[in-house]
Amino acid sequence: MTDNIRSALPYLLIGSAGLAAPIIAPNFQIQLAMLWMMIILALTWDIAGGQMGYNSFGNILFFGIGCYVTAVMQRELFFDIAEYANVTGKVVTLTSYQYFTGFSLGLALSVLIAVAVGVVLGSGILGLRGHYFAICTLGVGVAAGELASGWEFVGAGSGMLAPIYPGEANEQGLFYYYTFFVLAVLCFFTLKRLYSSRFGLAINAIRDDEDKAEAMGIHTTRYKTVAWCISGFFLALAGGMFGHLNNFIDREVAFPSSTFGVWMVLMAILGGKGTIWGPVLGATVFHVTQELFWTYLFGWQRVALGVLIVVIVVFFPQGIMGWLRERWPEKFGETVDTDASTA
Amino acid sequence: MNPILEVSGVSKSFGGVVANSDISLIVPVGKIIGLIGPNGSGKTSLFNSIVGYHPIDRGSIKFDGAEISKLRVPEIARMGLLRTFQQTRIYGKMSCMENMETSVPHVHEGLLTMFTRFPAEVAEKAEGLLEFVGLYVKRHLRAGELSFGQQKLLEFAMALMNQPRMLLLDEPTAGINPTLINSLIDRLKRANSEIGITLFVIEHNMRVIMDLAEHIYCLAHGELLANGAPEEIRNNQRVIDAYLGAN
Amino acid sequence: MLSNLALLYEAPILSVQLIIDGILIGAILALAAYGMALVWGVMNIINIAQGEFVMLGGYVTFFLTAAGVNPLLTIPVAAAALFILGWALYRLVVFRVVDKDMFISILATFGISIILQQLANELFGADIRTAESGLRTLLFADGMVTVTQVKIVGFVGALVLGAGLFLFLKKSRLGQSMRATAQNARAARIMGINTDRVYATTFALNAAICGVAGSLVVMTWLIHPYLGLAYTLRSFMIVIVAGLGNLAGVVFAGTGLGIVENFAGFLLGTEYQAAFVFSLLVVILLVRNFRLTKKRRYLK
Repeated sequence: MTDNIRSALPYLLIGSAGLAAPIIAPNFQIQLAMLWMMIILALTWDIAGGQMGYNSFGNILFFGIGCYVTAVMQRELFFDIAEYANVTGKVVTLTSYQYFTGFSLGLALSVLIAVAVGVVLGSGILGLRGHYFAICTLGVGVAAGELASGWEFVGAGSGMLAPIYPGEANEQGLFYYYTFFVLAVLCFFTLKRLYSSRFGLAINAIRDDEDKAEAMGIHTTRYKTVAWCISGFFLALAGGMFGHLNNFIDREVAFPSSTFGVWMVLMAILGGKGTIWGPVLGATVFHVTQELFWTYLFGWQRVALGVLIVVIVVFFPQGIMGWLRERWPEKFGETVDTDASTA
Repeated sequence: MNPILEVSGVSKSFGGVVANSDISLIVPVGKIIGLIGPNGSGKTSLFNSIVGYHPIDRGSIKFDGAEISKLRVPEIARMGLLRTFQQTRIYGKMSCMENMETSVPHVHEGLLTMFTRFPAEVAEKAEGLLEFVGLYVKRHLRAGELSFGQQKLLEFAMALMNQPRMLLLDEPTAGINPTLINSLIDRLKRANSEIGITLFVIEHNMRVIMDLAEHIYCLAHGELLANGAPEEIRNNQRVIDAYLGAN
Repeated sequence: MLSNLALLYEAPILSVQLIIDGILIGAILALAAYGMALVWGVMNIINIAQGEFVMLGGYVTFFLTAAGVNPLLTIPVAAAALFILGWALYRLVVFRVVDKDMFISILATFGISIILQQLANELFGADIRTAESGLRTLLFADGMVTVTQVKIVGFVGALVLGAGLFLFLKKSRLGQSMRATAQNARAARIMGINTDRVYATTFALNAAICGVAGSLVVMTWLIHPYLGLAYTLRSFMIVIVAGLGNLAGVVFAGTGLGIVENFAGFLLGTEYQAAFVFSLLVVILLVRNFRLTKKRRYLK
């Protein structure tokens, strides 16, 4: 009984802190919402990255799809294209019912499109290995941004607006805080469950030795596609929410390869890739650091982040969880069983 | 005796180098067959061809009557034809138990089952097999931290876990402490006699292969040089010449 | 796009212009690609900051020409400045990741590229810059085809530098050390080659090559702090198509890319040109890999 409480304790603490945070610190609602989003970004990257060994620099593709599709859905459901204008024109105002219906349907469609893209693109891209996969995905992410910035339908270079939140100004922050919080929790527990199933072991096997996994009969193509599509699923949702929270969407918001796109990799590595808590820890530390840089180094914060990236990669590639495992392997269950009888 | 594996006229070249030239051999079901030859004679290439690691230039390979030369590695593995690697390949960052669990047969794995947990029987079977190869106490250690010989045993246990019909073993005793070789030979024989797995074994250790195999094929320079019972091969002048010539 | 295609068909002279421009810019792209191939071959590192080196070379030339220096004289200065930067980056960061996983080195150079990009943005501003070369424009075919002299200088310069590099690698002691290290670093060390010095020189040399390319780019085209990634990916594409250690292939692939890009820009509109380039990278990789998987292999 006490064992159950002890293992549930961290979840209860984090859960209650998560629920109470925006009320205790209302000035930081957006930053806290962003924290949960960062956790989602890191966790989803780690599925194909740390757990499966397919290090993608282009997961931002799914995020951007979510951003745009959700907002476009809102726009299309309730307004004529001809009536719609970009930043300098009319602003879209919806009723509560319209907003939330459009939002939900938009999210649903985002997920469908993102997963479809993942399956189609993945059929080719997931056949690449190692650094070829990494750079190809980088190309995909950047190409998506370029395409978005040229496509009139989504506002091209000027971008498009997501509808105004139907409610008081501070309600928007609160609403999106909780949506991100719920999504992060969902993502975490889904992944936790997945990693303790056959799926988790199979993708780890692919990471450790894909040729061996194939030689043992594992459906590697299937697992790779499913893994990438799962990250696409959650990223599309996160993107849809982010676009609406931000109110404004353009290629910098939707497909930021040099910020979110590479940060998701860093956060997972910082916390310890290939673990369930690693990305969570890494995202938290990274996000707090990034916010501090923004506050105190504004202007030079991006340079500082670049330096941080190099420092982490060069000096701390095993991450927090990796470092802990090296210090205390027993706590991770990796011991010789001295009680058992020998063969 | 029905052949479980039929290799007919298989040839494979890499660039200009001929690895296998017109190899034909038969492995009857339930037997232990040996494959010997000096270094560079094409033994591992032949294994690679059989399991689909690379396409062959000419010839046919039939497993259980079905043509497999055009199939891919995972498909052939799911048909029950497995191989172990000369350099021993295991999943280094996973524990021995996890290595074993993920080695269950995947032939019936579907989109829905992939998210289920392994049933308790899988863990029991894994522990049993680890016990069989003498790795039970180390089952929670990361596979990458085992010694080379222990990894070889783990690889063998993983292969057994996959319930293959036939196992191609690439130098199973290489790098193993000589005092442990006998127990490994014993385990191979038991896998064959108790579980019924057909074994096709590449070996450099003559004592081992003579003890283990009922029939031996000898390759040299990519061609089939001789084949026969261990006694005949041991006394075959061409085989002796091939090995001495290679040295 | 179709109307532009019809235009090309009706007025072939337009195609000539596009091809000439493509060849001229292609030589510069080939230069940057060759540097990337050098670092990749010798150090087994894919330098994501390649484009940022090009960008910084361009800024050196920009600021010097703005200060009144003869534009062509700025080229060797840019080369020298970037050489020093490359050497410094190697000594500070890169030497630590040379023997590590390629993923680590990609991330490290990605970090460097972000640092350089953001520094340039903070220090120089995000505006687009060009530099006047002070050279004329040549007109052909009744003024239908224009070729700026600076593009020809760039083309010739790139070829000369390429030839020089080729000879350097073949004949000079250091060049041979680099080739030996590329083949087998451990064997090279055993033979007494100071691989650390080779690595530093290779990385610095690559930066210098990019510096020259950047100089030429700012004179023939334009630069801004964020064009780095596009050049990095272009270099990568050219290396993939040509293969490591194939100088002639790099020249052809670079030229080919230049021409293809120009046509794409004309047919699809300049706003889609970058999208085209990045999509082309994806397509090239997929096609390459697909052909290998038919032989049950994959890109390694």
